[in-house]
This record gives sequence, structure tokens and C-alpha cells, in this order.
Amino acid sequence: MTTSSPATKIVNWLAAGLAGLALSAPPVAAQPPGLVVSVAASMHAALEEIAVLYRAATGVTVALNTGSSNTLARQIVEGAPASVFLSADDLQMDVVEKAGRLVAGTRTRLLTNQLAIVVPSDAPATFSLAALLEGRVTRLAMGETASVPAGVYGRRWLEHEGAWSRLQPKMIPFPTVRAVLSAVEASRVDAGIVYVTDARDSSARIVATLSTKEHAYLNIVQPAAVIVGPAEAEGRRFLRFLQGPAARAVFARRGFGKP
Amino acid sequence: MSTETWAIARFTVVMALTAIALSLPFAIAIGWVLARHSFPGKALVETVVSLPLVLPPVATGLLLLWLFGRRSPLGQALDAVGIEVVFTWKAVVIAMMVVSFPLVARSVRSGIEQVDRRYEDLAATLGATPFRILRTITLPLASRGIVAGAILGFSRALGEFGATIMVAGAIPGRTQTLAVGIYTFVETGREEAAWGLLLLSALLAFGAIYASNRLVEVRA
Repeated sequence: MTTSSPATKIVNWLAAGLAGLALSAPPVAAQPPGLVVSVAASMHAALEEIAVLYRAATGVTVALNTGSSNTLARQIVEGAPASVFLSADDLQMDVVEKAGRLVAGTRTRLLTNQLAIVVPSDAPATFSLAALLEGRVTRLAMGETASVPAGVYGRRWLEHEGAWSRLQPKMIPFPTVRAVLSAVEASRVDAGIVYVTDARDSSARIVATLSTKEHAYLNIVQPAAVIVGPAEAEGRRFLRFLQGPAARAVFARRGFGKP
Repeated sequence: MSTETWAIARFTVVMALTAIALSLPFAIAIGWVLARHSFPGKALVETVVSLPLVLPPVATGLLLLWLFGRRSPLGQALDAVGIEVVFTWKAVVIAMMVVSFPLVARSVRSGIEQVDRRYEDLAATLGATPFRILRTITLPLASRGIVAGAILGFSRALGEFGATIMVAGAIPGRTQTLAVGIYTFVETGREEAAWGLLLLSALLAFGAIYASNRLVEVRA
């Protein structure tokens, strides 16, 4: 056995790699706790902008934890140190509230949204909402109808229109709204149901939008609340900022409504 | 390639190296015990060690989230001494360690099993202690398996997604790894950034596997 066996080598590599990278890497361990905000993916871009504004106004850095609302809710229920939760629907906020993780009285109806029925950009111009409801499509992409907010609302709409039983066999469930949008953009499905705020920057064509104003049963609300924990006071401050004029302007520009 | 992309890649590599460096001693110990000893309940230990290999990573993440969350006794004990795991880089390392551990341990074990026991027995008759036999005979002869295991585990840790996003979240600059970053960027409509990360991931994986093959060649 020579002195530099592969085992010795790998240990040396590991050590050298660790040392080199640890020296050049940002000091991850030494970062201040700051404020952690768990935000549904559909609101991430708006929150990124607002975080910049918040930092300028208060000097506090906001760390955004982005994901699907149900994952974020699960994390908070298990005690993840998020201070504010922005959910894409009431259902996931209910989960967190039932687990006793919300600071009482902080649950806020922050935003409203609309459903958008989207089709691929190369879809025939004759495509209509009526045709969809009559079941004249082969594949309809939706978010998982039990957990993905836009999927839950989409199903509510189809049920209300009496078209769910016709369309359910043609429905292809996706784990996120973004996946629905990609499927529509790539023409892999005939139509999809997403939030209007997701469809805005997409090449997919919006054929119809459904607002709570015209479809009261939909009641699309994207709530926010402060989570129990050591940073509650800072969380309350951020929640107030989210309702202030600067944040409202960002939300409005990105297509979110005010309840 | 933006500085953000590089920072994410560097963070991921540091985390994966840390994970393997921390889990290697345990993997060697477990691999050695499983290869050289038989005891009641051995099958159970073998199964538990391999569990993260077959469990969906998201399920592993959920278990870790529960284990280190504030509701579990362990989470509360850590909280009491001021150690926060969930949503920190520590959670990233732990997730990587758990999902890559079976690969490392199994590889170490098969490496040790291939060592001819006669060398060890001979050393014992000459008066070498079990630890000395392990250090000077078994491990050097099993180095191929150990190296392969470490690199395999490192590669697996680099690509870890499911468990990481559950227990560490997707916080830019704090817990965002390559795999989680790709997911977040796709989810939030930043496809070009996702492609950059994808390219770096592919390069890193290529490098690790290439290095592993080279190292094995050197020995053979």
C-alpha cells in the first residue's frame, strides 16, 4: 500500500475542499436571524419587491421562504421559525390556525385574486368558455384539486357550472400552478386554470377571468397572518407594512386586488 | 452566470462536503459492524440504515421536520439551549446526511466485505489490537469502497431536494441549494436563472463522477 491511498486522497480532498470553500463562502452561520416570511409561490415576486422597500424603510432584512402553500403550512405547524405566513388560499391558513400557530387577531384578508382560463398561444381562435364547459377539450390542466389553491377554486367553479363530472376524467392534476402554466405554454394540454396573476407574464392566452365579484361562491382570498414565536412584534410590523400604500401599489401593479 | 448562481453553487458544495465529512465516520463504523459482526437484530439495523434510500425524500423531510420541530422533545431540548435547526443551514446538512448515508454506508460495507479476513486474522495472531487491525489493514484495503461511497454520497447530497425543502425551506442566501433553487426559480417564473443552476448542477455531478472513476482507476 502506497502512502497516498485513494482513501487518504479523498480525505485530503474533503479537507482541502472544505477549508477552501469555507473560507470563500459567505458566513452562513453568522447571519442575523432577521425576519422570515413564508410566502406562497404565486406572491413571491411581489414580496421580493416589497422586501426591498421594507428594508429601505426600516433597515430590517426580510428572508423569504417560498413554496407551495401546503408545504409552508406543514412547516409552520411543525414549528418552523417563520414570523409571517402569506397563503394562496384560506384552506392552508385554516390548517395553521387550527394548530394554534397564529397570533390571535392577526389573520388578515390581504389580497384577492381571479381565476384565469388559459389556452396555448396557438390554440384555435374559436376556443370558448362554453366549449370548455361542454367538455369539448381533450386535456384540462389544473392544480391538484385537494391542495393547490387555484385547483381548489377551479374545481369549485366547475362544480358550480355543473361541468365537473364531465371534465374530471379529462383533468390532469399538477402539483403547482406554475406546472399548469408550463403545460399550457408548451401546448401539452388544451386549456388550464390558474390565477390571473400567474398568467400575466406568460405566453399562454387568457380566454376568460373569473372574479369573486361575478362569482361570489368562489370567494378567492389570499390571507396573511403573524405566526407565534419570538419575532411576533417584528411580524406585526411587517404585516402592517403589507397593508400600507407602498406595498399596495406593488400588489396592484401585479394584478392582485384589495378585498 | 450571475453572482447569485455562483453563491448558490458554492453554498451547496460546502453543505454537501460538510455533510459527507460528518457522516463518513459513522458510515465507516456502521459499515464495519455490518460487514464484520453478526448480532441479534442485525437485519433490523440493516433495514433502518437503508430506509432513507427507499423512503420518498419528502417523507424523510417530514420526519426530520417533526423530529427537529418545536413540538418534539428533541426540538424543545435544542430550543432550550438556543440551537435552531429548522430553516437554517444545519437543516440542509442534516437532510443531506440522512439521504446520502445509506449510499455511503452500503459502499463502505461492501468494500470491507471484500477484504480478505485472513490478513486480519494473521495480524491478530501477531498481537495487533482490533483497532490497529481496522486502521492499518481493513480500512486501507477497503479504501476503494470508502472512496466510492463518499463520492456517491456527495453527489446524492448535491442533488438533494425533497427532504431539504421540507426541513430547511427555500430561503435565498440561507438555505437555498442548487436543487431547491431550480425549483424556486421555475416556480416563480425565473426560467433563465433556473437554467444557469441546472448547468452548474450538471457540471458538478459530471466532475464528481469523473473524479470517482479516476480514483478507482488509480487503485486498479
